[in-house]
Amino acid sequence: VIAIFMRGYISEMGEHPQTIGYSLLDSPVGLAAWMLDHDADSYEKISRAFLDGEPSGGLTRDTVLDNITLYWLTSTGASTSRLYWETGRGAKAAFKDPPPHVKLPVAYTVFPDELFQAPRHWVKHAYHNLVYYNEAPKGGHFAAWEEPEIFSQEMRAAFASLRNEDAA
Amino acid sequence: MSAAVDSRTEIRSFQVDIPEANIDDLRRRIATTRWPSKELVDDRSQGVQLATLKALADYWATEYDFGRLNERLNSLPQFTAEIDGVNVHFIQVRSQHEDALPLIMTHGWPGSVVELLDVIGPLTDPTAHGGKAEEAFHVVLPSLPGYGLSSEPAEVGWYTGRVARAWAELMHRLGYARYVAQGGDQGAAVTDDLAHQGPDGLVGVHMNLLRAALGNTSNLPSQTEEEKAALEEIGTFRTSGFGYFLEQSTRPQTIGYALLDSPVALAAWMLDHDTDSYYKIAGAFVDGQPTGGLTRDRVLDNITLYWLTATGASAARSYWEGGQAAARAVRKTPPAVTIPVGFTTFPGEIFRAPRSWVETLYPTLVYFNEAERGGHFAAWEEPQLFAEELRAAFKPVRNGRSS
Repeated sequence: VIAIFMRGYISEMGEHPQTIGYSLLDSPVGLAAWMLDHDADSYEKISRAFLDGEPSGGLTRDTVLDNITLYWLTSTGASTSRLYWETGRGAKAAFKDPPPHVKLPVAYTVFPDELFQAPRHWVKHAYHNLVYYNEAPKGGHFAAWEEPEIFSQEMRAAFASLRNEDAA
Repeated sequence: MSAAVDSRTEIRSFQVDIPEANIDDLRRRIATTRWPSKELVDDRSQGVQLATLKALADYWATEYDFGRLNERLNSLPQFTAEIDGVNVHFIQVRSQHEDALPLIMTHGWPGSVVELLDVIGPLTDPTAHGGKAEEAFHVVLPSLPGYGLSSEPAEVGWYTGRVARAWAELMHRLGYARYVAQGGDQGAAVTDDLAHQGPDGLVGVHMNLLRAALGNTSNLPSQTEEEKAALEEIGTFRTSGFGYFLEQSTRPQTIGYALLDSPVALAAWMLDHDTDSYYKIAGAFVDGQPTGGLTRDRVLDNITLYWLTATGASAARSYWEGGQAAARAVRKTPPAVTIPVGFTTFPGEIFRAPRSWVETLYPTLVYFNEAERGGHFAAWEEPQLFAEELRAAFKPVRNGRSS
């Protein structure tokens, strides 16, 4: 029940992207509200940037508005929502006909403020060839945006073993 | 100034007054709408279709007569009463037949008193609408708190059970010692709560949505074809038409910004309720083929009322209250309903509740019928048929025959 009650935006975009699309194209505040209402952690951080002038890392007022302004000026509120609709259809198909296991090397970083902290054995269960796993000290759902330095370090470490051809 | 009037119990006469500037602003916003591209499918499966909404917006801005909402409401006796901190707006039409049965009817979302206006005549004046004098009702139609012309709750806690208590207080203040209640959608939830509370004076209820089954079907029989079909219909609704429900239940404020700022966003959100009513309303705008009372003008009367009263967010909050109340009610059994219950299943409703389900939830069921026509907005779509259902459903409780 709790899982169901947390996913209003996913459900709306997954089922009826056109309906919410009218809001996202016609009302700037409708668009901004919809985009801010993603997860509790990033919402609190972005709210603090606007209300208290205390941004968290790269989640500043200007960079948050850069992103919202891009959605507005390109009029992509409906078309981006349609990706959720496609994902919903894809998930149903994958349930009936699961895709093959990933054989390539996979790396994964858990950020402490993400929606959930995936334990290593969950990641290993989903990706058998896990070559890198780390728990970062800071960052949430928008990790690259919020903590670009930490995020870059994660990329360097995650792909280090794949730099030379002899790794393959 | 009368010092004897107590503002806590006073009932005031009310008239709608829509400032022209608000209508000009609405027209301007519709004219400057930024439209998304057309949906990528040929049906409702991605939501409200562009052609439907463009036809609606065009009619709304250029042909719709904004004076008609004023006229329809102000031609009826309207009142307000402050109850439990909310200024409740209601229409009260007394039948010319003195011994008529008092009836309080509750609208739903995305409805308002507008969806019930056309049943007033058949209910209060049956002899002019194919009925008998002894089938008359005195009708009370309140606007839910946060909806239409009632004020918004200024605090959390206005779930349907609290609305039900306010309705009982309203009927008490109006001097109705013996009355019945009716509702569909959110109105069915209010009416169900009223039935469980069993206030003094309430002698029967009728509903046209089995609210409890939308949340939980585990205690309902699932053997017959009808029962299996109803389960499948609920499953379809919960997996393909449930986004608005979840958004309003969890984030009414978030969707509220668009509903107050964009007329087409509001119209789209309100049209996207259920498959049956969507296609009927789309047919009215796109093909000029309305189904019963779901005409372009009447549909826009309702949307315009939401816009002009700026109640998109406050109405959505009633779903949030419903979610909170449902969470509190887990593993608690409400007091049993002991008064007679009537129920009508309409064929276009989200699911066609079988008699076995209604009997399971209401052992005191005295009337059950499957109507020939009508959907989620049954009173709006088929007012004459709806009135006939209420005459039949409440027959057993007329004249104190039931106790």
